[in-house]
Amino acid sequence: MKRRALRDEPLIFERNPGRARRQGFVLPPLDVPAVDPASVIPAELLRHDEPGCPDVGEMEVVQHFHRLSQLNYAVDEGLYPLGSCTMKYNPRLNEQTARFPGLASIHPLQPPEQVQGALRLIWELERALLAITGMAGVTLQPAAGAHGELAGILMIRRALAARGDARSVVLVPDSAHGTNPATAAFAGYEAVEVPSAEDGTVDLEALDRLMTDRVAAVMLTVPNTLGVFEHQILEISRLVHDRGGLVYMDGANLNAFVGRALPGRMGADAMHINLHKTFSTPHGGGGPGAGPVVVSETLVPHLPVPRVVRDGESFRVVHDDPASIGPMRGFFGNFLILVRALTYIRSLGADGLREMSSTAVLYANLIRHRLAGAYHLPYRSPSLHEVVLDDSRQAARDIHNVDIAKRLLDHGFHPPTMSFPLIVHGALMIEPAESVPPEEIDAFCDAMLAIAAEAEASPEVVRGAPHDTPVSRVDEVRAARQLKVRWTPEGSS
Amino acid sequence: MNVPGDLKYGRTHEWAREEGDLVVVGITHYAQDQLGEVVYVELPEVGNGAAAGDELGTLESVKAVSEFNSPVGGEVVEVNERLEEEPNLVNEDPYGDGWLVKISGTVEGEDLLDAAEYTAMIEAEGA
Amino acid sequence: MHPWVGAGDDDRRRILAELGLTSIDQLFASIPDGVCVDRLPIADGADEGTVRAELASLGLANLSLDCAPSFLGAGVHRHVQPSVVDAVLSRAEFFTSYTPYQPEITQGTLQAIFEFQTLICQLTGLEVANASLYDGATALVEAALFAHRVKRGKLDRVVVAETVHPMYRRVLDTYAAPASLEVVVVPPRENGRTDASDLRAAAGDGLTCCVVVQSPNFLGLVEDLPAVAGAAREAGALAVQVVAEAVSLGLLSGGGTHGFDVVCGEAQSFGLAPGFGGPHLGFFACREAQIRQMPGRLVGETVDSGGRRAFCLTLSTREQHIRRAKATSNICTNQGLMALAATVWLEAIGGRGLRQLAAACLARCEDLKRRLAAVGGGWRLAHPAGPTFNELLLIGPGTGAELARRLAERGVLAGVPARTWGGSWPDGLIVAATERTTVADVDALVRAIGEAT
Repeated sequence: MKRRALRDEPLIFERNPGRARRQGFVLPPLDVPAVDPASVIPAELLRHDEPGCPDVGEMEVVQHFHRLSQLNYAVDEGLYPLGSCTMKYNPRLNEQTARFPGLASIHPLQPPEQVQGALRLIWELERALLAITGMAGVTLQPAAGAHGELAGILMIRRALAARGDARSVVLVPDSAHGTNPATAAFAGYEAVEVPSAEDGTVDLEALDRLMTDRVAAVMLTVPNTLGVFEHQILEISRLVHDRGGLVYMDGANLNAFVGRALPGRMGADAMHINLHKTFSTPHGGGGPGAGPVVVSETLVPHLPVPRVVRDGESFRVVHDDPASIGPMRGFFGNFLILVRALTYIRSLGADGLREMSSTAVLYANLIRHRLAGAYHLPYRSPSLHEVVLDDSRQAARDIHNVDIAKRLLDHGFHPPTMSFPLIVHGALMIEPAESVPPEEIDAFCDAMLAIAAEAEASPEVVRGAPHDTPVSRVDEVRAARQLKVRWTPEGSS
Repeated sequence: MNVPGDLKYGRTHEWAREEGDLVVVGITHYAQDQLGEVVYVELPEVGNGAAAGDELGTLESVKAVSEFNSPVGGEVVEVNERLEEEPNLVNEDPYGDGWLVKISGTVEGEDLLDAAEYTAMIEAEGA
Repeated sequence: MHPWVGAGDDDRRRILAELGLTSIDQLFASIPDGVCVDRLPIADGADEGTVRAELASLGLANLSLDCAPSFLGAGVHRHVQPSVVDAVLSRAEFFTSYTPYQPEITQGTLQAIFEFQTLICQLTGLEVANASLYDGATALVEAALFAHRVKRGKLDRVVVAETVHPMYRRVLDTYAAPASLEVVVVPPRENGRTDASDLRAAAGDGLTCCVVVQSPNFLGLVEDLPAVAGAAREAGALAVQVVAEAVSLGLLSGGGTHGFDVVCGEAQSFGLAPGFGGPHLGFFACREAQIRQMPGRLVGETVDSGGRRAFCLTLSTREQHIRRAKATSNICTNQGLMALAATVWLEAIGGRGLRQLAAACLARCEDLKRRLAAVGGGWRLAHPAGPTFNELLLIGPGTGAELARRLAERGVLAGVPARTWGGSWPDGLIVAATERTTVADVDALVRAIGEAT
């Protein structure tokens, strides 16, 4: 990663130090009488200062963000193999459609007859996600995967309450994403861990022991965070259902099997889908995402409101339903993200989606094949879309996963996810996705092999990495010990 | 790893040292090494009672959170307020200035390890 | 072969050979047959032109706000949109990057978030702000859960003014039950404002973790923030201000200045498209003493190994990927790109510009009030004395929903029916003005009301 801004870029607040009056934007002319705010609003409620943002010209703003942009790595730069994040190409067509004025410039409280296109778009994406997953019902409202998890667990809670069977525990495998236990806790449940078996999948005997009549749900990631498919998924869901529980599937890894397998046949009662992973909507530097949830017949009555309903050729909105868990957020969800996902699904179609997951799995296995000699492979079970290696071979030379990751930056690649899943010490979790050409996969493997060799020959180079990035290794300990989370005129504090 | 011979040890990596009728408690050199650089220490309130094994507070590094437990039963009579500004003391001097709390009580009768037993335990853990 | 998949058939064959396989199906052997499918029951893929045309036709089936006089607000507002905002958002360095876990190669995103946090602090009058939440409604939820944690989980009551956006309150209800929170709603007085003594009475003593008001409130009125903060303090509760129209902070001082502990809400007004309700931008600010209970991501300043200023995510131990079931929130992906949009918008508009813009909203709303006071047909201002910022409640002989429908037929988006989510206030329309409202728009509204009634 050699690219960087040619100059250091100050904070915007440090620009225009003389506080000269400059103009970044011209407001529309005021053709009504100006009003003294104090004649309308009590003076003690009025702001006396100007918000501290300096006045700068338009070009200053553009240069500021241009220079900042030069400090970022991005999917368009090269492979971004963050495990469990599915960093795939963000098609430019998505960006075009999401900016159509008829979709971007509509208000969620316009009367339904004025927004029939938007309601139809929601309905069509719902039908597509139901077909792709084989489930019975869907909500597009959640804003991200974790938000979808919470919606799903709240629906499960509601369904059990309707049965008069309130339960108190949610079982979560020890390999799960941190959002799973956090979600269970937020939904009012105690999260209890299920240990993994030797092959990295759920230990069925342990599950049998833990699956009591206190357990509301089991949260399963399929394939799991090692990239391994729960080959006993049908036995697991039967066990859970037989004991009165429900099955939540974390769909973060749906990219592994779209077009090949249906969660609806696996016994899932709810599953969220990260549109910003599997369905190509941009990650945006940390969102916005979208986390639609598909559900089984059992949970359909409890889906969030508002819901879009089709009446012949027209669409209406249902705002109230006593059986619903209620709204998870404002309005219909991250609608412009939904526009992008539908654009993607319509472009790829049935064949394209299968080609997508096939290629993602093929690439992950190519990486596994090429790197498993130089790096330790803690679980040898067949893996799908991602592979988890660890640093145990390099640790003998005091080279850890973080050093390998930082050295990758010098080679021009984003590192894999580190130190996750928690059941693998020193984990490097690699998910290539399907978008790049095979040469990029090979170049990444070459870089990883070069680092493994370097760890033997000149470990200090690896430990001191990165050497060729816009800033060198960042002192995260200092950031936490001496908190500075805002700029102030006296300097940051 | 530094395991002073004159201290008693809990299985969750706390040390205990009697000072008069108080017991000074901290985490071991091994524990701070495993945790990494400590950036924040959450200490209990003075006056809280604790049974042996009860959680007293948490230690945070940049990427991990670790609980520490009371090796003895008693009441918290003092906490190390310097750690608020200088959490690094836990790393730099775990058996001295990096102590965590003082508890009214005694190590007598508690289920604690001596230095040799604790050393054996962490060697087994590291293996 | 699809252009968005990097390998072609030849590539896949070559890789299979390298792996010693003959078919890709072999890689999926661990999936039981019973759950497999040969082909999804969805349409074939289509070329770019076809898909673009399909999506365009869905867009054309909607009435864009650009094509009609609009007075719709209620948490989604139409403000000026400098072209630089979308230009920055369209940079792949920003929109195709992810959460800045690797600070050495994401200083651009990190510095932008640091600037966003600073701007939110300046606007709210509080000490620390996070990197974003989903939207205004979930920001209210997070504020209530935050207050519950700050009060060590011992105070289960949340006192909320009824004039907090009713949609936000519905979302709070969704989360409150499983969190064992009791939500007590306090209606406004006849003047449309919430009386601090009513909040105080509902809060009791040592029972309530937070007292929540929205200002300007759902009916458009500015609440008496110093009195509310005093009432909350007396009750031993945190004071929380919700803001649904963030531009108001250009003219009104944020709750932090008046003793509020949390100011949170919706910042869609800072440069985000209405977008049929999303993606928008939740924000959250609080006091530094309580930062460890704050939900969501946070960027801090530090140095690199060469001693140069650098930024990184910090206090991650609050978050789900480390603290798991004990995390302060389950949020992971937030609204990063929307926070960037708001940052660009605020920096392009500037501090002086924001104040002028907010003053223009106020002036246009006063003009609107003057015109509607004389509109006739029995329609009148519910609270002619104000104090309003840029929204008002219009009441009259019919329901708000019916008036909105009749005006929509005449091509005017007159406002949001005030009882869309219920409410103890008189039925009517919530009518909003912004700096983009023109005299011609107001003429059209007044004329249409005259024709329709």
